[in-house]
Amino acid sequence: MSYFLETLVSGLFAGVMYSLVAIGFVLIYKASGVFNFAQGAMLLFAALTFVTLIEKGMPFALAFIVTSLVMVAMAILIEWLVLRPLRNRDPLTLFMATSGLSYVIEGFAQLLMGMDVHMLDLGIPDVAVQVGGIYVSQFDIIASLIALTLVATLAITFNKTRMGISLRAVASDTLAAQSIGIRLPVIWRIVWSVAGIVALVAGLVWGSRQGVQYSLSLVTLKALPVLIIGGFSSIPGAIAGGLLVGATEALADIYIGPLVNGSVSTWFAYILAVGFLQIRPAGLFGDREIERV
Amino acid sequence: MSLLTKTMSLAAAAAMAVTLLSSASFAEDGTGQQLYPLFTYRTGPYAPSFIPFGAGNIDYLRYINEVEGGVDGVKILVQECETAYTIERGIECYERYKNGYNGALTASIYPHSSGLDVALTDKARIDKIPIVSPGGGQNIATDGRVFPYQYPLVFDYWSEAQIIVDYIAQQAGGYDKLKGLKIATLYHDSGYGRDTIEPLGILSKKYGFEDIQIPVPHPGEQQQTQWQQIRRANADWVFLRGWGVMTPVAIKTAARVGFPANRIIGDIWSGSEDDARPAGAAANGYLAVSVFPPGTNYGILKTLKADILDKGKSDLKDNSKFGTVYYNYGVIEAITFVEALRTGHKKFGNRPLTAAEGQWALENLDIDQKRIAELGAEGLISPLKTSIDNHKGETIAAKIIQWNGQSWDTRTDWIKADASLFADVIKAKAAAYAKEKGIEPRVATN
Repeated sequence: MSYFLETLVSGLFAGVMYSLVAIGFVLIYKASGVFNFAQGAMLLFAALTFVTLIEKGMPFALAFIVTSLVMVAMAILIEWLVLRPLRNRDPLTLFMATSGLSYVIEGFAQLLMGMDVHMLDLGIPDVAVQVGGIYVSQFDIIASLIALTLVATLAITFNKTRMGISLRAVASDTLAAQSIGIRLPVIWRIVWSVAGIVALVAGLVWGSRQGVQYSLSLVTLKALPVLIIGGFSSIPGAIAGGLLVGATEALADIYIGPLVNGSVSTWFAYILAVGFLQIRPAGLFGDREIERV
Repeated sequence: MSLLTKTMSLAAAAAMAVTLLSSASFAEDGTGQQLYPLFTYRTGPYAPSFIPFGAGNIDYLRYINEVEGGVDGVKILVQECETAYTIERGIECYERYKNGYNGALTASIYPHSSGLDVALTDKARIDKIPIVSPGGGQNIATDGRVFPYQYPLVFDYWSEAQIIVDYIAQQAGGYDKLKGLKIATLYHDSGYGRDTIEPLGILSKKYGFEDIQIPVPHPGEQQQTQWQQIRRANADWVFLRGWGVMTPVAIKTAARVGFPANRIIGDIWSGSEDDARPAGAAANGYLAVSVFPPGTNYGILKTLKADILDKGKSDLKDNSKFGTVYYNYGVIEAITFVEALRTGHKKFGNRPLTAAEGQWALENLDIDQKRIAELGAEGLISPLKTSIDNHKGETIAAKIIQWNGQSWDTRTDWIKADASLFADVIKAKAAAYAKEKGIEPRVATN
């Protein structure tokens, strides 16, 4: 039983790591209805910038602030060069634009900062501690606390501030929001900036565990089933989806994997996601779209 | 369209035109030269491995061309072709260079990818182009009677499994002490990763150790459950068959569950500086199999430093990569290419070789200890002798290296695999393949 519990708990913690990546997608989808294919590239760019600054001797806090500013600058550039010319276009057009953007960001990151694999030490010990008879990673606990803090901050920002209310208005009805004076470009810049900073946090957590390298951009593959299950437009959904995916894939690997002589976690999360699409197409917490016909 | 957009579009078009014109007008005449199609992956997730590997290759060939005046006077024309480590782009590169380039002849092709090596098997047989994959070829292709155009030179994963078990037996105090030990193999869940399941099964029956096989899905960024399995099974040793990000994550996760790094032995693709360094302190003491020993204290490396690196002619942008595992791998691979050409020149004369002549040369390679000393590669490579019967080489050997937190220390001399142990199984597999494909095996004449 303790083995089952340990597997379950480690899966839940892994799920929190997936959620960290998924939140970036949710933010942009909420504000613009666009699935941002470039989120993984942004995550790589942020982590690479941060680790490069650290390697040049910059203190941790300053490197974090400078990287955040770089991500804000990137958001402004993206809004100006990519989103603004495509305003009022079909979401599929915007999706394709973000797909191209991901290659540009990845290429630019490597051109500017090289292809090396970097070690990233956040100073958080990655050792197991015993909690209630089961071993839990100290790093995972702290990563979860970071994710919870991030979610709480975003929830307060979106529910209690003027900017958050504007953002929700844009998400609810773009044209109506614009008609009452909300400036769409400003909202997009803010949302992409916040998504960039979320990408930085996710990049640091993932980069600390696997090294900062090109494959960091691939962690977004883990976020897709999380988004389908949790819903593309809900931050709590991203957390719930992440926990569900993390736990089920860990248990599936242990209990189903041996039956098929291989690892099942890669596709098991997608099977789960397809199942959810059949029952709840908008995900657990996503907004159901109702269209007049 | 805004003025800015128009200007940028025009600038992009102009840049593209200049690039196309310059590449067209400067295409080198390769007549009288030997082509070396260098399949690169300078982009994509595996680029960090290629950059020093490609530099080792290029630097050695540059040394041969510029200092030695070519191979027996024949200059080598290096043509890069970017595959991004994808099979479809690799096939495009193969098609582009299989018949040579601007007068330079193709004697062999090094695809630099196990997957591409497999994908080219049928094409190479039809086109009669030798495909060479040092350290990453198909073990079944050892039987050159069935696979005339595949050369899995230097190493294979079955021999690696044997070397791992030999090393563990050494540490345990003898083969009889293997009985009852638990050896877990944590493998990348791919054709490459699964390749050691069968030989380890055979070895486990022979020596009586418990063989535990645990797959890790690609790319391997989460391994908590796998390492919990290892801890639960009370494994004594872990054979880590990783690739890319899987290796540092494995080492860090092992530390988290309390599994000692000095009981983990990485395979040849889990034993570079970029595999160990990102894992930080958790990697101290981590072991790995090495067919491409790191270090700069080899004659040929000293020569390359003096004639290429110090003169600013190296392909390396970061000189700290000189002498790393992947750089030395590139040098070793280039040595096999050049030595095959020398072998061919002895028979066909000092001129560029055709693919058919390249095939003959690759089947008659004999880099013995004397030649290794002449090359200044003592300790860097082990003897390599091929034949129609054996496209891999008669002696397969590797060293065990250990990470000290900064670099690798060599822990053992060459550990030789017993080629006879799996010879019958490999021959039987090759025979079955021949039957399935309707191939009439050649008769070995050397």
